[in-house]
Amino acid sequence: MTITEQPTSSVIGERMLRREDPALLTGEAKFTNDLHVLGALHVALVRSPYAHARIKGIDTAAAAAAPGVMAVYTGHDLADLWEAPMPCAWPVTDDMKNPAHYPVAQSKACYVGDAVACVLATSDAAARDAVELVDVDYEPLEAVVGLEDALSDRVVIHDDLGTNTSYTWPLLVEGNEGDVNKAFAEAAHTVKERYVQQRLIPMAMEPRAVVAVPQPFGGGITLYSATQVPHILKVMTAITLGIPEHQLRVVAPAVGGGFGAKLNVYAEELLCTALARKHGTPVRWNEERSENTMASIHGRGQIQDIELAADENGKLTGVRVRLLADMGAYLQLVTPGIPILGAFLYGGVYDLPKAYDFSCTSVFTNLTPTDAYRGAGRPEATFAIERSMDALADKMGIDPFELRKRNFIAPEAYPYEAFSGLTYDSGDHIAAANKAAELADYNGIRARQAEQNTPDASKRLGIGMASYFEMCGLAPSRVLASLNYSAGGWEAATVRVLPTSKVQVVTGTTPHGQGHETSWSMIASHKLGIPAEDIDVLHSDTDISPLGLDTYGSRSLAVGGVAVAMACDKVIDKARQIAAHQLEASEDDLTYENGAFAVAGSPDKSMPLAAIAFEAFTAHNLPDGLEPNLEAQVTYDPPNFSWPFGTHMCVVEVDTETGGVEVLKYVAVDDCGVQINPLIVEGQVHGGVIQGLAQALFEGAVYDADGNLQTTTLADYLVPAASDVPPITLGHTVTPSPTNQLGVKGIGEAGTIGAAPTVINAIVDALSGLGVRNVLMPASPLNVWSAIQSAAAGKAGGTGSAPQASTSATSGEDGQ
Amino acid sequence: MEITITVNGTAHTADVEPRQLLVHFIREELDLTGTNVGCDTSSCGACTVHLDGEAVKSCTILTVQADGTTVGTIEGLATDGQLHPMQQAFMDNHGLQCGFCTPGMVMAATSLLEENPSPSEDDVRIGLEGNLCRCTGYHNIVQAVLACAEN
Repeated sequence: MTITEQPTSSVIGERMLRREDPALLTGEAKFTNDLHVLGALHVALVRSPYAHARIKGIDTAAAAAAPGVMAVYTGHDLADLWEAPMPCAWPVTDDMKNPAHYPVAQSKACYVGDAVACVLATSDAAARDAVELVDVDYEPLEAVVGLEDALSDRVVIHDDLGTNTSYTWPLLVEGNEGDVNKAFAEAAHTVKERYVQQRLIPMAMEPRAVVAVPQPFGGGITLYSATQVPHILKVMTAITLGIPEHQLRVVAPAVGGGFGAKLNVYAEELLCTALARKHGTPVRWNEERSENTMASIHGRGQIQDIELAADENGKLTGVRVRLLADMGAYLQLVTPGIPILGAFLYGGVYDLPKAYDFSCTSVFTNLTPTDAYRGAGRPEATFAIERSMDALADKMGIDPFELRKRNFIAPEAYPYEAFSGLTYDSGDHIAAANKAAELADYNGIRARQAEQNTPDASKRLGIGMASYFEMCGLAPSRVLASLNYSAGGWEAATVRVLPTSKVQVVTGTTPHGQGHETSWSMIASHKLGIPAEDIDVLHSDTDISPLGLDTYGSRSLAVGGVAVAMACDKVIDKARQIAAHQLEASEDDLTYENGAFAVAGSPDKSMPLAAIAFEAFTAHNLPDGLEPNLEAQVTYDPPNFSWPFGTHMCVVEVDTETGGVEVLKYVAVDDCGVQINPLIVEGQVHGGVIQGLAQALFEGAVYDADGNLQTTTLADYLVPAASDVPPITLGHTVTPSPTNQLGVKGIGEAGTIGAAPTVINAIVDALSGLGVRNVLMPASPLNVWSAIQSAAAGKAGGTGSAPQASTSATSGEDGQ
Repeated sequence: MEITITVNGTAHTADVEPRQLLVHFIREELDLTGTNVGCDTSSCGACTVHLDGEAVKSCTILTVQADGTTVGTIEGLATDGQLHPMQQAFMDNHGLQCGFCTPGMVMAATSLLEENPSPSEDDVRIGLEGNLCRCTGYHNIVQAVLACAEN
């Protein structure tokens, strides 16, 4: 079911301005590095300049004698502080190889930026000055940079593992092996493509920061961190450091963006906490941008081999995928699970029979660990299927939009049981695609293209599209268990009506730019009939909100927001008992509307929630046995993933002489079900689209052959500025989710998932008349120009046919 | 070295290390933490302040170089409890999400309109190219600045 209008009867759907903004706009908001903590010592880390080196010795004497230095520690000095190695919460297979990983390396450095020692000093400057005085005797070893090189085990990074392969994970659909082979044997059309997902650096504008504050006289410890996941961090810190969990409080103050990179348990969080305990004094660390690029996680890093089989009409009959994924030097919190999250999406939004064969092999390299970056596995998967759909259309000589129309899952087929065994909740792909085509003037562009793209045209026009599923709202706990994920997927909310009828909503989600305070207050206002300004939303402090699983995977609204609505229902149920008692009416005769109970048939008898809240507070006249409070807690485990979807289109003009790409128009039509606050939804899409577009056009972590990161600053790594990107035309359709009472789905990652394949499809479309079949990302002028030149030289498929073994973005000198 | 800098209307005299950056003086000596540090290469613009009325990145200037100047930070922009029109425009147009780049972005935008009171969309995009935002995709930031210019 697609509805075109939002519900208008309540605050839901209102473009409410964000209550978060004034503090942020005036500089009053406190980020972790803004916190005043008297007497804090500062940590600075000695980081390896080698990608792979044995640590033969470390001379700390000169650093220890430097002004302001309190202590210098090597990895061996700190070994006793760790109860367990750093956590990896997603052992995807039982035989997955996972090297022991400690906050400070003990015998070997395994990537440039790996910490090998640390300095504790009275100021940040003193600590960083002393880092220069630590003399580390390294024995450099050969570095493993390329994925296929890693696979060969020519050099084994972690000696005790005996191999660089961490795991191989197949998506086994019972009895399908034969079906897949049969599909390909009988196919009228097949395509076989290789795509490279270059490594990306998430680059939240706020670098990470940590302050660990021990309470006096052994009273526990408070850890402030620029994190997306205070709840997960608390559990993992307790386990890793052996701190009784009830003596640990984790607070995420204002957090300046995360994009997955702050969904982790990092060395510096554990180190500051451990040193604060050891020294009995607050310890803090503030990340420099160059540390951020090296020692916070990277995203993507995959080589994708995908094959499609189709019948004579282009209807898909089989999909086969082989992934080679770059784990980097170690497994961080959810590193191994990232490519697996994409495993379910290589069939796209298409009606694919159960002929699906997916396998992922993941390897260690001497590069920064990878982990979740906005979309996490799903942008990669969507890129592969949407690029190969264009390749199939090209091979068949039909329009790529037409090919998609022949394959979209029909709206009436929902709920749709997919090849993977998962059930897609709701969707109307053709409606979203048609809307995008209208906004992008698809037919008009095709007509203009026919005129403009003459063989000798120097500026060629292209239009590209991608249709996607977001697959988010992670997720039903039992499904996560089947994927070997170590945590659940539930979310908690408490709704508390105070005696004066003001309301506190306590959520387990952890906003860092998403505006949960505003949206959750709207949900509670909608349910309770109380103005949003009378509702406060509390979060991101494990003492205030002890239960929660935080914010990632576009889960906050579809799980946490729904939990808020359910907690409101529970509060109303309790209030109903009090109202029935006081009004001497049957509960069944009471209706709740606009913040008050009324008795059916007796319009003069009513009781507002405010009065009930005060009755609950005084407890003078409550029903027998009813506890005197007006508060309810819900822990909600969703029955399904959330399946937002949409279609993006992009119009580009490519200069064939320079390889320059100009984006003329970008259209995003997204369907995230019912929109609580369209203003915030649009903001999420804008930001996501530009991040995906940046993968397509600008960004890539570049390494040299020795594993040195070349893009360590914002001067080298091209995060686009306002002048680099286009405005975005938005449209939306509304197909409510049937799995939750609000009808909502996630939206945080949709833009990123849709954008990269859309942009690259547009570029290849512009150049297809020149024989170009693929362009490497980022589609820099050099990469585009090289694709045109290799196509002209008759190399089949342009750049895409000679894929690099590494996912390091090309600098171009090697001609790829 | 002893310096005197007038920040948000108040003169501050201090003895500072010659190597200290203006942004560290603002943050650490004056506790005006609205001015943020997002990089170490003067690329991100999160530390943008007004120096004698012009937008500058306070990480590119030594405190001693600012001796005798007048500095405006984000904390001095709102008056009498009212947001500055540019702050209000950012709020009205959802021109911020995480808010980390926002103080610098607002300071750059106010300076932009000082120089060019009725900019085109391209003028705004080019005028803000020294300030990076990772959340908004710039769309609503540009809309906010255009709306502020119009009003």
